Amino acid sequence: MPFLNAVSSADAEDKQSNANPTLLSIRNVAKNFGRNTVLRNVSLEIAEGEFLTILGESGSGKTTLLRIIAGFETATSGELWMGERLDHQPPYRRRVNTVFQNYALFPHLTVEQNVGYGLRVAKRPGAEIAQRVADALDKVKMTAHAKSKPSKISGGQQQRVALARALVNRPRLLLLDEPLSALDANLRRQMQVELKSLQREVGIAFVFVTHDQEEAMVMSDRIALLRSGELEQVATPREIYNRPATAYVAQFIGHTNLLQAEARGGVVRIGMPHCEPLAWPASLPDGPVLFSLRPEHIRLADAVTSGSSTDDKTVRVRGRVLHQAFHGATELIRVQCPDELVLVVRMASAGGVSNGMHQEIELEFSAADAVLVRESPERS
Amino acid sequence: MFSRAYKTVVTVPPLLWVTVFLLVPYLLMFCYSFWSVSPQQVIVHSWNLENYKDLLRKAVYWQTLLRSMWIAARVMLFSLLLGYPLAYFLSFYAGKKKDLLYQLVIIPLWVSYLVRAYAWKTILGSDGVLNTLLQYVHLTQHPLDFLLYSPFAVVLTLTHIYTPFTFLPIYAALEHIPRNLVEASHDLGATPAQTFWKVIFPLSIPGVVAGATFAFVLSLGDFLAPLLLGGPSGIMISNIVVSLFGASYDWPLGAAISLAMLVIVVSLLLLSERLEKKWSFS
Repeated sequence: MPFLNAVSSADAEDKQSNANPTLLSIRNVAKNFGRNTVLRNVSLEIAEGEFLTILGESGSGKTTLLRIIAGFETATSGELWMGERLDHQPPYRRRVNTVFQNYALFPHLTVEQNVGYGLRVAKRPGAEIAQRVADALDKVKMTAHAKSKPSKISGGQQQRVALARALVNRPRLLLLDEPLSALDANLRRQMQVELKSLQREVGIAFVFVTHDQEEAMVMSDRIALLRSGELEQVATPREIYNRPATAYVAQFIGHTNLLQAEARGGVVRIGMPHCEPLAWPASLPDGPVLFSLRPEHIRLADAVTSGSSTDDKTVRVRGRVLHQAFHGATELIRVQCPDELVLVVRMASAGGVSNGMHQEIELEFSAADAVLVRESPERS
Repeated sequence: MFSRAYKTVVTVPPLLWVTVFLLVPYLLMFCYSFWSVSPQQVIVHSWNLENYKDLLRKAVYWQTLLRSMWIAARVMLFSLLLGYPLAYFLSFYAGKKKDLLYQLVIIPLWVSYLVRAYAWKTILGSDGVLNTLLQYVHLTQHPLDFLLYSPFAVVLTLTHIYTPFTFLPIYAALEHIPRNLVEASHDLGATPAQTFWKVIFPLSIPGVVAGATFAFVLSLGDFLAPLLLGGPSGIMISNIVVSLFGASYDWPLGAAISLAMLVIVVSLLLLSERLEKKWSFS
C-alpha cells in the first residue's frame, strides 16, 4: 500500500515540526453559563510558532474557549499557563492579541491610528510607533489606505487592518475568531493562503477558530476538534483525516462511510452478510466495532479478478447506483448495497461509472484502509 | 406608488397644522417685534427697531438674558456630570438590573413639573426639610437663606428636572457602542480608564452633544422654576417675557425678546447637529 506509507511518513514529519516548546497550556478548563455547560474538562497544549485550529460546529464552545484565552470570559474551573498563570491576568496584561470576527476596528480612528492603538496605550515613543505602524501596514499591503476611516474600506481590507493592529504589538499568541467567515469564497481562499504564509513569516503562534473543516485542513499545523464542549481529537490535518479517533471526527472531517462490524477472536465480520469474515491486522477485543472507510478507498472491482477470490483482506460488495454528484475532478457516488447499507464512493470523474444511475456495479476495498473508530457518545 | 388622493390626505393635515399653529404665530410675533405701544396703551403698527435697541440698551433685559444663559449653562454642566456617569453605569455595569434602573430614571418624567418644583420649595425653604435638619444636627444656628429664592435653587431644580433628558441620549449613544470595541481595546493592552477615554467617550459624543443641547435649551426657556424658587435674584428672561405679554402690556418688546431667544436656540440646535454629525460613525 504505497499510498498509506506515504501518508504515515508525512505524519511523522508533521510531528517533528511540532517539537517546539509549549507556549500555552490549557488545563482542565470548564465553563458553565448558569446551568448551561459550554466547556467541560478541556486540556490542550499550544506550541511556540504553531498554527492550531479549534474546529467545531456552532455551539461546540470554540469561541468560548478562545474568549477564555483572551480573558473576556473566566473559566468556571481549570487553569491557563503561559510561563506564569495566565487566567488571573486581565485581558490588557496578557501578551495575547485577537482578530475579532467582525474585525472590531475603532470607527472614530483612521486605519493608521487603529494599528497604532496598542503601541500608543503602551506609551511607546512616537517615532517607534510611526515606524512599526508603517511596517505593519506594509506587511498587509494597506499603506495606501493609512489615512482612511474603517467605514471607507472593504471587508477584506478591514480584515488586513485588524491583523496588522494585532500583530504590531508582537504578541506571543494571536487568536483569530472566524476571521474569514464574512468574506466571499474567492477572497476567503486567497486570505487563507496569505494568512498561513504571514504566520510562517512572523513565527507567532496562531489559534484559529473556525467551523469550516476545509479551512482548518488547509491552514493548520494541528486541529483541535471540539464537540459539545469536549475535545474529540487533537492531531495534524493528515492524522485527523487518515486516523479519525471517533465516528464523529470521521464524519465531520470530509466524507466517510461508517461500517458496523463484529469482532470475534481476531476475526472481523463487517455488517455485510455476503462478505467473508476477515482476519484483521490489529488484535481486537470481542464485541461490536465501528470502522470509518473514506469514499476514495473504495473502487470498482477489477474486471479481471472479479468473481474469483483474491487475498482475504479485500472486501467485495455489489450494489446499485443511487445518486451521482459531480465535483470536478472527482465525483461522489452513492451506492445501495444489500442490507440497507449505503456506501459513498469517490471516483475520478473520467473513470468508471458514467451515466450509471441504477446501474449494478461491484465495489471493492482493502480492509487495511478501514480505520477503527470509537463510537461517539451522545452529549447534550 | 400612492394615489394622489392618498398623498393629499396624508400631507395636508400636518402642513395645515404647522402653518396655523407655528408659521402664522411666528410671523405675527415677527411683525409685533417691529411695532410699538402708544402712551394710551394701544399697539401701533409703526415699523421700527426700537424694541431691539431697548433689548441691547436697557441693562435689565440683556443682563437677565445673560444670567439666564449662565443658569442654563450650569444646568447643562451639572446634568452632564450627573447624567453621564448614570448612563455609563446603566449601560455597562448594571447587568440584569438595567431595565429596572432605566425605568426608575424615566418615572420622574411622568410626574408633573409643578409637583417637582414645589417639592424643592418644601425642601429648601427656611422652615423646609433641609434647614430643619441642618439646625437639628447643629450645623447651623439659623436657617440658610440662600437655599431658596436664589439662582442656586433654580439651578438645582432645573438640574433635577432636566437630568433625565440629558441621560437619555447619552444612554442611547452608549448602548450603540459595539461591545467588541471595548474588548478589542482591552485586548490591545488598554486599561479600563484608557479604554473609556480613547474609545467609549469619543463614541458617545453625539449623545453628550444632544443631551447638553436638551438641558441648555430647555432651561434657557424655563419660567416656572425661577417664578416659584428664583426670587428677585433668580429671575430669568422668560419671566420678563411673560410679564411683558401680561401685566406690563408691551407685546412688541416681548415679541422682540422672544425672537432674540429663538435665534439663540436655533443657532445652538444647528451647531449641535453639526457636532453630532462630525462625531457619528455608524
